[in-house]
Amino acid sequence: MRGNSIRWLLAAGVLACAAAVGADQALAPAPLGLPALRVPADNPQTPEKIALGKKLFEDKRFSSTGEVACANCHMAEKAFTDGPLKVSEGINKLTGTRNAPTVINSAYMRSMFWDGRSPTLEDQALHPFVNPVEMGLKDHEPILRIVRSDPEYTRAFGRVFDKSGNKITMTEVTKAIAAFERTIISGNSPFDRYYFGHDAKALTPAQIRGLDLFVNKARCVSCHVIEQTQALFTDNRFHNVGVGINDIQDDAPALATEFLRAKATLSEVDVKVLSDKRTSELGRLAVTRSLEDIGSFKTPTLRNVAVTAPYMHDGSKATLRDVIVHYNNGGVTNEGDRVNDFLSSGIRPLNLTEDEIDDLVAFMEALTSPEFADLPKATEGGAGNG
Amino acid sequence: MAEHRWSRRGFIRAAGTAAAASALPLSVVEMAFADPARNFRIAYISDAHIQHIRGTQFVRNWDRGLIRAVAECNLLTPAPDFVVFGGDLAQLGTKEELDHGAEMLSALKYKTYHVMGEHDYYLDLGEYWSELFGPHWHSFDHKGVHFVILNSVLTYDDWTHNRWPSAQQRMLEMAGLDNPNGSPFMVGEKQREWLRKDLAAVDKSTPVVVFSHSPIQKIYKGWNFWTEDADEVQALLKPFRKPTVVYGHVHQIQYNQIGNIAFQAVMATAWPWPYPETYAQAEPDFPPITVPMNRANPFFERDATGWQGIDVEAGRVTLNYRLFNNTDRTIGFDPAKKRPVDRDFPDKDKRIPPQDHF
Repeated sequence: MRGNSIRWLLAAGVLACAAAVGADQALAPAPLGLPALRVPADNPQTPEKIALGKKLFEDKRFSSTGEVACANCHMAEKAFTDGPLKVSEGINKLTGTRNAPTVINSAYMRSMFWDGRSPTLEDQALHPFVNPVEMGLKDHEPILRIVRSDPEYTRAFGRVFDKSGNKITMTEVTKAIAAFERTIISGNSPFDRYYFGHDAKALTPAQIRGLDLFVNKARCVSCHVIEQTQALFTDNRFHNVGVGINDIQDDAPALATEFLRAKATLSEVDVKVLSDKRTSELGRLAVTRSLEDIGSFKTPTLRNVAVTAPYMHDGSKATLRDVIVHYNNGGVTNEGDRVNDFLSSGIRPLNLTEDEIDDLVAFMEALTSPEFADLPKATEGGAGNG
Repeated sequence: MAEHRWSRRGFIRAAGTAAAASALPLSVVEMAFADPARNFRIAYISDAHIQHIRGTQFVRNWDRGLIRAVAECNLLTPAPDFVVFGGDLAQLGTKEELDHGAEMLSALKYKTYHVMGEHDYYLDLGEYWSELFGPHWHSFDHKGVHFVILNSVLTYDDWTHNRWPSAQQRMLEMAGLDNPNGSPFMVGEKQREWLRKDLAAVDKSTPVVVFSHSPIQKIYKGWNFWTEDADEVQALLKPFRKPTVVYGHVHQIQYNQIGNIAFQAVMATAWPWPYPETYAQAEPDFPPITVPMNRANPFFERDATGWQGIDVEAGRVTLNYRLFNNTDRTIGFDPAKKRPVDRDFPDKDKRIPPQDHF
């Protein structure tokens, strides 16, 4: 069934982009529940560019071992994640510090990576190639050598960008990858059909109760935003929710001080946060250098969350229930654990009952788009266990 | 908050330091002199309002505000010479609240001075507070500055001693806002006499910094943003070249200049206050003291609480207000206008309009 899902997805992508040609940035009507996708003026979508981007995304030669492509950690058949891995595996099975976020709907995000250290899809695509625990290249030259000489690539870059030889740079490479990623959008979940499509039968009674909890008592919607005409389920902000930072509480002051004194460049930050777990847990502090951001990470979308286990920036929560219990405890995994000093003031105990937690899980399972509905849910043992 | 804001103003020089200081919900006071070796910094935390519920339960929000302030204070580089806690550690003055607050403050790595707030005082008239934190008023010298700590939340003896059937009721009456049974704060004759003698021994060119809980000015009586004998206390400070009063109690940005005396309020770690409606409706006959803040975002319990870094240069002060989830503000003394002005929003048309409702 997975093969079918992927084919469906790609067909949808090509259709979307075909409709976008000549539409001046804004793409064809987005799937139910999503806003119109805006595309950078200097990187319009074309079918050929998208196909090129997909090829680049899946090319394992762009790693020091020839074994790791973007798609290794963002597998279409796993809803563009690498579950059940908690943190991603790069070259030589080296592990990073963070859980691979899904590519689905990343086109709508205002910043990339868990700490938002990259502003765009185009920029984001530059970094994993040269991170020592991801694709492990020393620099981007090996990629350029391949795309400037491989006949399939020279043909494609010529057609898409009208460029050849040294005129092909990482700018073109990352533009193509980003164009492909902009086709990986999906809405039209049972929630969308219920909420935006006014189909009262699209959700089960438990899911409807869960939606009420989501927007009221459980306060989820404060960060996982639902708007009147669309829902991205993220506020594009960064919050310390007591994950990761809770493990380094006693060391956090020294780590933060040490990090700030070191005055790392952004590319050094990219290496440091993925290779050192303790530094990783400082979160967005590593990017903004503000203690306001200590231990804070980006609010992820909840679309397709049931098929993208495990959860949180470090993959430390195996199930959606585990996540809700953590929030219900006010930002600690076990009731009574020490709350971290820098916890977001938006996180506080919720007093949810066991039944209410069940309803919330049921609601989140209603956020899966049809093209991923066949993937195993976290409650069935997690994505990738099938 | 961007680092350049701090470096531009020279408040905290090193970039790392700027970042470390940039999120502190407490006040940082840097005293600057011609001789840089004598410059130093103070951290200021105020109005925690630790509130006991029952047993070991306390209001979580107020706890978290104080815990965060203390944790960040400990990260300040270079370290402050000392910390001041500006009063209202407790909500209803109980041992439980004062003990719990003192325990959280004990995590501070620095010497801490305490100012008495009315919420600390009116249950047992400051007896237990004094056991924990020392005298109700006193003075000390530090690197060429004369510091005075006042108990400015006293009131008429008759109100304190003869009006109320219980200490608990006295506490509750004083804690009320717009309460017809309330009574105005004052420093009182006895303490003023002490202050007169204390200041008599200080050279008039020595910078004097007074820490009080109430404003030592008359702003709004119904909420006790008020000190009944403010004029008399100001008269004692007037002979000094550049005296400064730093006060808590108001939970908001305030600044004012009366004669040569500069006044500035510090933020609370507990909750923000707007001006009372009654005050906003009447045109004040003294210089405007504040620009209303944007309404706090109810999601962020810490929004509209915060801290301010204070530069004191050539005896004048600049407040760098750092507000969680809100727009930073800087208010400094303008020598031409001879009063503090808001650097980023000096004119009404440049201000961010406050949000009246969601």
